[in-house]
Amino acid sequence: MSKTHNKISDSREDKIFNIIIHIIIAALLVIIAYPLIFVLSSSFSSKDAVTNGKVFLFPVDFSLEGYEAVFKKNDVIIGYRNTFIYTIIGTMINLFLTMIAAYPLSRKDLPFGKGLILLFTFTMIFSGGMIPTYMLVKSVGLINKPAVMVLVGSISAYNLIIARTFIQNNIPIELLEASRIDGCSDFLYFAKIVLPLSKSVIAVLTLYYAITHWNSYFNAFIYLNNRKYWPLQLYLREILLENQIDASQIVDPELQEAKQGMANLLKYSLIVVSTIPVMLLYPFIQKHFVTGVMIGSVKG
Amino acid sequence: MKKAPAALQREIRSTNGRSATRIFKNYWQLYVMLLLPVIYILIYNYGPMIGLQMAFKDYTPSLGMFKSPWVGLKYFKKFFNDYQFTRTIINTVRTSVYSLAVNFPFPIILALCINLLRNEKYKKTVQMVMYAPHFISIVVLVGMMNQILNPYVGLYGNIYKMFTGSYAPNILADSKSFIHLYVWSGVWQNMGYSSIIYLAALSGISPDLHEAAQIDGASRFKRVLHVDIPGIVPTIVIMLILNCGRIMNIGFEKIYLMQNPINLKESQVISTLVYEKSFGGAGGSATKYSYSTAIGLFNSVVNFVLIVTVNKITSKLSETSLW
Repeated sequence: MSKTHNKISDSREDKIFNIIIHIIIAALLVIIAYPLIFVLSSSFSSKDAVTNGKVFLFPVDFSLEGYEAVFKKNDVIIGYRNTFIYTIIGTMINLFLTMIAAYPLSRKDLPFGKGLILLFTFTMIFSGGMIPTYMLVKSVGLINKPAVMVLVGSISAYNLIIARTFIQNNIPIELLEASRIDGCSDFLYFAKIVLPLSKSVIAVLTLYYAITHWNSYFNAFIYLNNRKYWPLQLYLREILLENQIDASQIVDPELQEAKQGMANLLKYSLIVVSTIPVMLLYPFIQKHFVTGVMIGSVKG
Repeated sequence: MKKAPAALQREIRSTNGRSATRIFKNYWQLYVMLLLPVIYILIYNYGPMIGLQMAFKDYTPSLGMFKSPWVGLKYFKKFFNDYQFTRTIINTVRTSVYSLAVNFPFPIILALCINLLRNEKYKKTVQMVMYAPHFISIVVLVGMMNQILNPYVGLYGNIYKMFTGSYAPNILADSKSFIHLYVWSGVWQNMGYSSIIYLAALSGISPDLHEAAQIDGASRFKRVLHVDIPGIVPTIVIMLILNCGRIMNIGFEKIYLMQNPINLKESQVISTLVYEKSFGGAGGSATKYSYSTAIGLFNSVVNFVLIVTVNKITSKLSETSLW
């Protein structure tokens, strides 16, 4: 060790430990990233390369035939469009309902506030369940109506608590006091002060809600029979998973190989196409959802 | 805690009198804002609870929910005597205990490791890659699994064939492998995201502690053992207890997509059973809704009791609780 070190330098033990940590991290990185890279590379390879198992890390015989096939599928286009509409409208409804509930509930002086909060949080731990909810949706006439996709499950109590906690911790009560002196109403205070100061939590909630809309298939699966209203995830389920049972019952592997070919490549491309919007947003939103988890964990 | 300014305090004091007109005068705008969300939650979240009475009735659509005859605990007894009862309960508990046991330690180890990385840029990259799978939909996750693990044309099949020259055993069609696929794909998807909460706890540990330990000659490994881990123990305990509260609560979405006739014996859990009883298979009588409501209610009550108990325990142990 040179004498010029004035920092406490790593001992031999530390160095070994450091190497072990890096090995663990590297191993985990490979495990997490490899399936994603494999799918991406396969999607850009040729049909034969994919079927014959030539793809391991990089695309082999680079081609876009998988993507051409995906965009020729009418189902995918319809599903994409529907999901897009459901996500945008649904997220706006979610945000609206969550924020107008979060502000009054953040006011510690609100009479009956505690009881009202309980009304919302109780929904996190007890629910009517699948069938009674289905019956309710049926009785309000939403079965097989596309509106069901944006009107069911519009307030998540968990997200409401995140928003409420954020408002309580980040918007000083002095602002309310000052606005009172200026004769500002609660409506105006909410619109002009609370909302603009809640930008970061609104970003978090937008994310959470939008990703939930984009990714979920359950509501559509239960409530929508009409194919033309199906979101992307239901079409995905049909294309990606319908052969699952066949695959397990086919006894002749050669036949299976021949049968798959194009269908196989298409699945890889489809996975990429359906996940791209979320993954494109992802780098920008990363810091926001970390904030969300933090706020949520303060008083989860 | 910040003290409310004078005028607001006056307001608070004035409402202590609970004079209805006063409350109305001061707070009507807030209540107006709450009106829509409250109505919504009453209809959508509390409305179905009225439907829970179906569990105690012979629900007949022609009579409607309210006029159908009461039958007491008939459907609960039917469930307890169902040949699927024991199997389903065992599957539910087994799947979630296994899931918890495996899913729990990984995020902690990951967070401890990430926390030791000194290169900020590398650290950020690692985190970004690790969180990514969380945002993949369940349909795509199961689809990826089917693609990659396909014994004939998938990556797994190809590698197996390369080394042995023969076709791989079909693990997708093997009922024994179902639970492992379910659990480990969950680890893959959620390990990174679940580590965030531990990273947050780790960043809250005072650097002074590390410095003091360093001066006392503690190695990095020793500091992980004696500073980092004790620092996140409260978080670990709370997360563990909270997870225990969810032990009977296995979501429908992923299990259902992974089910096939071959693995059904191993993969049937309460939520999928409810679905099967009411929507799956060949018709059945209209009272099937009563039966599946009863199964669902049984599960909800068990979950409720578990989570309330667990919350009691956590709030005894620490300041943190769900409500």
